[in-house]
Amino acid sequence: MRPEAGLSFAASFAPALLDPARHTPEIVTGPNGKAANRRYDVYRNNVTVSLIEALAAVYPAVQRITGPEFFRAMARFHVRNHPPASPLLFEYGRDFPEFIEAYEHAQDMPWLADVARIERAWLDAYHARDAAPLAPTRLSAIAPERLADAVFIPHPAMRIVRSPFAAVTIFAANRGDAPAERIDASAPEDALITRPELDVAVRHLPAGGAVFASCLAAGRPLGEAAVSALDASPEFDIASNIAGLIAAGAFISLAAGDT
Amino acid sequence: MSAKHAVTSLVLAGAVSTALATLAAAGPLTKAEGEAAIAAKKEKCFGVALKGQNDCAAGPGTTCQGTSTVDFQGNAWKFVQGGTCTSIELPGGKKGSLKPI
Repeated sequence: MRPEAGLSFAASFAPALLDPARHTPEIVTGPNGKAANRRYDVYRNNVTVSLIEALAAVYPAVQRITGPEFFRAMARFHVRNHPPASPLLFEYGRDFPEFIEAYEHAQDMPWLADVARIERAWLDAYHARDAAPLAPTRLSAIAPERLADAVFIPHPAMRIVRSPFAAVTIFAANRGDAPAERIDASAPEDALITRPELDVAVRHLPAGGAVFASCLAAGRPLGEAAVSALDASPEFDIASNIAGLIAAGAFISLAAGDT
Repeated sequence: MSAKHAVTSLVLAGAVSTALATLAAAGPLTKAEGEAAIAAKKEKCFGVALKGQNDCAAGPGTTCQGTSTVDFQGNAWKFVQGGTCTSIELPGGKKGSLKPI
């Protein structure tokens, strides 16, 4: 086998791997120069199957919702249009939720992309750097008049996924193999994903909680974050949200702010 | 801050005090309690967290994936009612569907 002029071996070998309409590369031949289409097809198949399996491993709830045959067909379209950009397989499929959102055959399942976003956040939280969560005593050490200026440092695993649908309930019902029950998809749900120790945890955020947590994660002080959350949701409860975020391990540190 | 709401330092101090009391009172759920609560579908806002069911360990690339399936050729679309999507409803009776639209 000799690569075509000016191309590396890989550059000659690879382009037809994800495109069944293309011919076997000329550099691939059998003994005595015979055609080697079936041999090349082994590579085509392994590349395609391994990438579909990677998506199925990252997005098990999506696969359970659609069923494996729908999922594999959808995944194959994605694999062909979005080949890996990194040799790290756990990074693959980061753009799959956007693909699902635009995918014509998934338009009847408008919640599906948000379920996929939670699954992606789950895996990213799983691989995030370890860090000890903030101890509540750090908060009690801040003088009351300086609390409004307190700034929280987010945990590396903390993620927030907002959805106009019941994406958290749908995710939770489909990550395991519990029997499917009726779910009303119409209630908006926001997810908080954390990994305080070794286990990733996915929680519902209450009204205003996503705005509050996002503001704090972006480095805005506590007083401003509380005002933004109240503006977004008048029923926002400051105390239960502070307690909930700290209990979930959403933060690692706290700065009292300059006064 | 040009906001509709104001949060005085007194309000904030009260909220933080309440939060700390909550955290002190509610020790973390044990694993068994958490699983029991999930089984009973008592998930609430900031209540019981769903721990990721870690069937797939650290995601792809960590196991030797079998490649006996032949998947590379197909372009045909299969609409198979194989998933749980039909149990997920939107108002107006619209359900998830795998039919082409």
